[in-house]
Amino acid sequence: MRVSVITFPGSNCDHDAYEVFQARGHHTAMVWHKDTDILQPDLVILPGGFSYGDYLRCGALARFSPIVKEVVSFAQKGGLVMGICNGFQILTETGLLPGALLMNSQLKFICRHQYLRVESANSPFTKGIEAGTVLDIPIAHKEGNFFIDEAGLKGLQDSDSIIFRYCDAEGQYRDNPNGAIDNIAGIINAGRNVLGMMPHPERAATDSVSSQDGKKIFEAIERYFDAAN
Amino acid sequence: MLKAKIFVQLKPSVLDPQGKAVTNSLHNLGFAKVLESRISKYIEITFDSQDRDLTAAEVEKICKSLLANPNTETYHYELQEI
Repeated sequence: MRVSVITFPGSNCDHDAYEVFQARGHHTAMVWHKDTDILQPDLVILPGGFSYGDYLRCGALARFSPIVKEVVSFAQKGGLVMGICNGFQILTETGLLPGALLMNSQLKFICRHQYLRVESANSPFTKGIEAGTVLDIPIAHKEGNFFIDEAGLKGLQDSDSIIFRYCDAEGQYRDNPNGAIDNIAGIINAGRNVLGMMPHPERAATDSVSSQDGKKIFEAIERYFDAAN
Repeated sequence: MLKAKIFVQLKPSVLDPQGKAVTNSLHNLGFAKVLESRISKYIEITFDSQDRDLTAAEVEKICKSLLANPNTETYHYELQEI
């Protein structure tokens, strides 16, 4: 698989994502935000961090980086795009994903392990993971409180677009770290090729860290890619 | 020159955790009559122009394309000669 990881000024999880895909044997490239060529990838990663210092609103300024035009056009043609944390914020600002990420309800930056429930296997990012599976994946954000109006929320629910929800170790919706509406941790677009998630699977995908549950997501992407090619 | 004074506010339907924290603090300080506080952004932009209509059209574009997120925020502004 060819993977392009985009680096914005202020990205800080780009190398983590790069290392994970590289170690898994994929042809992985780092792409600078001022570039205009995304290098014909099978998957684009918008990584976590603080693009443009989170000025104005998280992700708002990254939207105007030259490379984002290319990412949007790639996504509109059905290309796989995964936005993690700040990448999710950028995807909502570009309009590729609905809703917005507001400040955490308790106003604090939260960095900790968090349980997530996989809500749908019907996505390239969760293919083959049984719905209801609980994953232990770190979160690290201050603006992760997903918000969407009532009609938008119903649209996400009815179209099976909520891919991850925050939960406790038993998979019950009793641990919402940031006030996100309907416990939403990750959503997919209508075309089911653009995923945004606040948790960081790339921080739980190497043997040197305490949870390796992020690997399940990368394995799912690989299953999808192998089946499609 | 013209100065645009732009306010970007969270929609009433959107929870404002910062505003809530300020309300709680004001209650703790004894301002018992405070019902609610909402935090907004205030942005000043200076234009090298005297034309109010053209500048207003430009401010609209600026707000729509960058300063306000239509999903969660509304905006209003006034123009002032300086």
